[in-house]
Amino acid sequence: MDFLLDTQALTDFLSTSLRLSIPIIFAAVGGVLSERAGVFNISLEGCILAGAFGAAVGAFLSGTPIGGLFLGIAVAACAGMILAGLAVGLGINQLVAGIAINILMLGMTSYLARLILGADATSTLPGFHVIAIPGLSAIPVLGPVLFKQDFLTYLMYATVALAWWFLYKTPWGLNVRAIGDFPVAADSAGISVPGVRLACVMASCMLAGLGGCYLVLSQVFVFTEHMSAGKGFIALAALILGRWNPFGAFLACIFFGLSDALQLRLQFNSPEVPYQLFSMVPFVASFLALVLFAGKVRPPSAIGKKYVRGGK
Amino acid sequence: MAREYALEFDQITKLFGDFKALDKVSLHVLEGSIHAILGENGAGKTTLMNVLFGLYQPDGGRIRINGIETVVRSPRQAMDLGMGMIHQHFMLVETLSVIENIVLGLPGQGIRLSLKEHIDRLSVLSDAFGFEIDPYTEIWKLPIGMRQRVEILKVLYRDADIVILDEPTSVLAPNEIANFLDGLKRLRDNGKTVIFITHKLEEVTAVADRITIMQHGTVTAEKAVSETNTKEMARLMIGRDMVFEDLEKPKMEPGPVAVSVRDLRAQDDRDIEALKGVSFDLQSGEILGVAGVDGNGQRELAEVLTGLRRPSSGNVSVFGQDVSTLSVYDRRHKTHMSFVPEDRQQTGLVLDLPVVKNAMLRDFRIWPFSKHGILHMQNARDMATAWVKRYDIRLRSVDQHARFLSGGNQQKLIFAREIECAPRILVVMQPCKGLDVGAIDAVQRTVLHERARGTAVLYISTELEHILSVCDRIAVMCAGEITGVISPAEATSERVGALMGGISDADAA
Repeated sequence: MDFLLDTQALTDFLSTSLRLSIPIIFAAVGGVLSERAGVFNISLEGCILAGAFGAAVGAFLSGTPIGGLFLGIAVAACAGMILAGLAVGLGINQLVAGIAINILMLGMTSYLARLILGADATSTLPGFHVIAIPGLSAIPVLGPVLFKQDFLTYLMYATVALAWWFLYKTPWGLNVRAIGDFPVAADSAGISVPGVRLACVMASCMLAGLGGCYLVLSQVFVFTEHMSAGKGFIALAALILGRWNPFGAFLACIFFGLSDALQLRLQFNSPEVPYQLFSMVPFVASFLALVLFAGKVRPPSAIGKKYVRGGK
Repeated sequence: MAREYALEFDQITKLFGDFKALDKVSLHVLEGSIHAILGENGAGKTTLMNVLFGLYQPDGGRIRINGIETVVRSPRQAMDLGMGMIHQHFMLVETLSVIENIVLGLPGQGIRLSLKEHIDRLSVLSDAFGFEIDPYTEIWKLPIGMRQRVEILKVLYRDADIVILDEPTSVLAPNEIANFLDGLKRLRDNGKTVIFITHKLEEVTAVADRITIMQHGTVTAEKAVSETNTKEMARLMIGRDMVFEDLEKPKMEPGPVAVSVRDLRAQDDRDIEALKGVSFDLQSGEILGVAGVDGNGQRELAEVLTGLRRPSSGNVSVFGQDVSTLSVYDRRHKTHMSFVPEDRQQTGLVLDLPVVKNAMLRDFRIWPFSKHGILHMQNARDMATAWVKRYDIRLRSVDQHARFLSGGNQQKLIFAREIECAPRILVVMQPCKGLDVGAIDAVQRTVLHERARGTAVLYISTELEHILSVCDRIAVMCAGEITGVISPAEATSERVGALMGGISDADAA
């Protein structure tokens, strides 16, 4: 761990950690929105993949990262519409609906990517460039880590702050929190429970899609099959650790990002050990974290339950 | 007297299929008065309110609000018309604070949640009506009486002029009720119109100005409270004279000791000692009442007896046999113990199962409900149908979900299930909570019938009048101990009050 003592190496390590956590942060914040409204969003994984796929196709066709961003969000929104339609509209079990979307996205994106990108699948796509923020980026270590990043990273900061502000400081956020805990009360106060849930699920999937956009447009600049690789599930763990609060989820994601960066470093330093062993680190970390916090967190009471109006 | 009617129902009829839930119901509520609607469960009170709030559209008749004929299409519209409803089950989000609950769903709030301004407005309101409350407290930290206060404030905050309360006192502790009734008077004195639905006669005489009495979907009387009395109201409500204290109670020679409890100690859910050395004997053919203010160990006592909670020390024996190690199942089947739990909706029934399956919950593993692990639904159906007749359970069919039965009918179903297996010991807890007079009467008769059969009955209740009229002996609990065991004849209010307050006979002497 001597790299922690060297300023340059430490900066690199933290920077890698942040980049690895960004897709998870987008997805986890999305998950917070959906679960606070009482809908499990297991499909975060599929939505990241949908976003990544859309971003790749959009960037490929338009030749600009912005085109990729829009299509990425749009494809994730379609996944969101399916989930909202199934889970909120038809009242199908939320977990089953989410799993269905994950499977659907895995197959569909792999197939369509081959069809659309074809031989160009391995060529580098246009992406976002690093924009250093003058002044702030000159702070030692943390400056370059936090403020020498690309557009989507800055968007992520704004997303976390906005999501928190939305949940705790606006009437709509109050509606969301009420619906997640006791939808009957919200309904009797004249709030449309299905409407709010639908909006939250859509926003949730679009945010996860942004995570996928980041993977393609800021990190690797290509689309590969199943490139979400479990990030959506880590995001689910992160939002539990973060106690269904956007800032908490952000911190939990950073923790997973650090553990992921650490395992990459270990892989690099110990080529004689099978790398698969190190790839497990973030998952084992999320496992341990969940076990440690087990029983200490209280999810929104109405989560996972479909809402039907009472009355005889 | 130039007082206007705030609300008028004119010949309202509501049909559910062939069933007339409301049959030409007319009702007139004077502005600035407290109007009670009295009736048994199933009399149509709640249906009437659902019509008023636009949840049901009436099949006939008219509603006039402040003299103007109105068709109410949604609860939202009802709110806009100045009506506010306080449900029996609170519509409060427990994790949110008082002010957040009050603001929830308020139209025209803009983009920012400005709680501070709302708190200022709320404090003006709560001062005016004398409902002090800390706006930042989360609901789960508040006692029931305070939660109800939040519900009332929520309605007032929306500028309601007509406040409607559905069975408001059934959830309150006795000491909270007087306070609540004072609150109602303050509402009226500040010009609000209050409608409250109830089946408790004393409350009607205590606060109401006028009363409408309903029975089987029709209005049997509407009059000023000063022109009537409790006896007449009871008769108009249930269509027969009520049996108050004069329950037929033949003399019984109690049999052998059925349950013997010695120095029982147990902890509650928060690991606080809730039973601190309780000892008593319960004989066959007697009803031992357990009185006391709610939360003094009665719940834990019932749970330990039925095997739901492990005691930390002491023992329970049934007909001389130590049952401490027996499971719930064995207690029920080997020692023939039956249990009517306090919370009939959560513990007593599975609300989303049909009545027939609820009927077989206790004994589904044995004949005639099943054989070799296979359920015999036809037998179950026959049994359930017979019970429905025998216990006068009102329902459409035994395939109906238990959720859709009224409270009294749910309780009758539980009693049928727990008694038809011919138990030797019956533990009942709060059997009459939230029931109307007719159902209470049925429950008490059932319990007395069990006593006549020789069953040992432990009757745990916080309603002293019921205990006095039913029980042979009364054990009073306070702070996890039995402070005294007395006969109903000895039970003066002074004596029982002292025991409930923790002053045992030994202390007094």
